[in-house]
Amino acid sequence: MKKTVLNQLHKDLGAKMTDFGGWEMPVEYEGIITEHKSVRKNCGLFDVSHMGEILIKGKNAGKSVQKIITNNLDKLNDGQILYTPICQPDGGIIDDLLVYRLSLEKYLLVVNASNIEKDFSWVENHLLADTIVENMSDQYAMLALQGPASRSILTKLITADLETLAYYSFINEKILKNKVIISRTGYTGELGYELYFEPAAARTIWQEIMAAGEEYDLKPCGLGARDTLRLEKLYALYGNDIDEQTNPFTANLAWTVDLEKDDFIGKQALIEIKKNGFQQKLTAFKIIGRGIARSGDKVYIKNQKIGQVTSGSYSPILKQGIGMAYLDNEYTKIGAEIEIKVRNRKLKAKVVKGPFV
Amino acid sequence: MSIKEDLYYSEDHEWVKETEDCLIIGVTDFAQAELGDIVFVELPEVGEEFDKDDSFGVLESVKAVSDTFIPVSGQVIAINEELEDNPELINEDPYNKGWLIKLDPADDSELDDLLSAEEYAEFIEEE
Repeated sequence: MKKTVLNQLHKDLGAKMTDFGGWEMPVEYEGIITEHKSVRKNCGLFDVSHMGEILIKGKNAGKSVQKIITNNLDKLNDGQILYTPICQPDGGIIDDLLVYRLSLEKYLLVVNASNIEKDFSWVENHLLADTIVENMSDQYAMLALQGPASRSILTKLITADLETLAYYSFINEKILKNKVIISRTGYTGELGYELYFEPAAARTIWQEIMAAGEEYDLKPCGLGARDTLRLEKLYALYGNDIDEQTNPFTANLAWTVDLEKDDFIGKQALIEIKKNGFQQKLTAFKIIGRGIARSGDKVYIKNQKIGQVTSGSYSPILKQGIGMAYLDNEYTKIGAEIEIKVRNRKLKAKVVKGPFV
Repeated sequence: MSIKEDLYYSEDHEWVKETEDCLIIGVTDFAQAELGDIVFVELPEVGEEFDKDDSFGVLESVKAVSDTFIPVSGQVIAINEELEDNPELINEDPYNKGWLIKLDPADDSELDDLLSAEEYAEFIEEE
C-alpha cells in the first residue's frame, strides 16, 4: 500500500488506518463524530497528501487545459482556482479536479488519488504542441485546515493577510522558511485552506499548525470525518457519486459545463445530453427515523426499483441517515417519499433539497 | 484495549457476565473500537428466545453495521433501554453502562464453550 510522508505520525497519534484507493490513510483519531463536530465548530487538520498534482506548462498550456476541461478557464486570473470535471468524448466523467493558474503558461491540476495515472495519461495524450506535462504528485504533500478557526490559526504562521484571500484563490507563502501554496479551498463546506509544500517539510508544518491551533481546540481529522463533512454539503465523491458512467448533467454539475466555449472533449455528447434530457439525477435524501442507507443500496417506490444509493452515511449534525442516490427523474421532486432496501428491510426516506447543513 | 477478568467472551466479540439470576451480555472494548462511533442500536424484545449464535441485534456506526450474536441460548429478560437515546454508551463504557441485554440461559453448560479473558486476549491478538 502507498503511504503519505506523514504515515508514521498518524500511527503515533493512534489513528485507525484504512485502505483508501491503495493508500494507507487515517480514517479517524478520536472518533468520526468528534472530529466532524470539531470542523463545524472549531477546526480540523487533514493529511490529504494522497491527492495528485499534475503540472502543465508551455506556450499552449492554457489551450491544452481548456481542451480537456468542461468548465471555462477564461474565468481565471493568476492566483485563481477552478473546479471542473474532465470528460470522455461520450460525456462520462474521467475525474473532477481543481485547476490552479500559476501563470498564463503554467497550470497545476489537483486530482483524485485513485485517478492520478489515468488523468496523467489522458492529459499526455491530448496535449497540444509546445506544452509539457509532469506528474508532480510525489513532490507535493498536502494538508487541509478546515473550520471557522482556520483563518486565525493560519494567520499566526504567515505574514500575508488571509482576510483578502478570496474563495478559490491562492497565494505563495512561507511557514518556517518552507515554501507553501495556501489556497482557500476545501471539501467540508467550512471556511478553510489547503496547503501544498515539499514532502520533506510535512512533519514540521503539521506540528506548527497543530501548535498554533491548540488554543482553538484544533484536532487532527481522518478521512471518516472528511466523508461525512462533504456528504452534509452534497459534494460529489469520485468513484461513488460520479464516474465514467455518469455525466456532469446527471450529477448536478451543470454549472461546471460551459457549452458556449470552443471545442473541448465531450462537448458534442454533452450538448446532446442537455438537449435530449437524461433519465436519472443525483438526488439528496434523508432517512425518516432510524437507520443508515449505504452506497449500493437500492431505492424503491412501492415495489418498483427507481434508483441506487451512491453515498450514504450518518449526519453527526442532523443525527440521522443522509445520502445521495441516482433516481429516475420523475421521482426526484423535493418531498417525495421513497424506500431504500437496507440489508433485509426497507427504510423510509424523503427526497430533500441539499445541502443538509 | 481493555479486557475484564471476570467475564466470559465469544469469538464474535461479545462478553457475558454471570450474575445470580441471569446473564448480562454486551460487546467488548475491542468490538466497539473496531466499529467506531455507534449511532443506532437495535435490540430484541423482552421475552424473545434465541439459540446460541443467533443474531439478536444490530449495532450501526457511522462507517459500518454489525450484527450481534448471542453467545448462549436463552430468553431475553431485559434490554438496555438507555441505548436508544444514548448509543454512545457502548463506546464509552462497553462493560458497564453499555450492556445490551439480560438473558435467562437455557443451558448453563454452554458457558463452558466460551473463552476466558486470557483466551480472548490471545484470540484478538491473532485477529
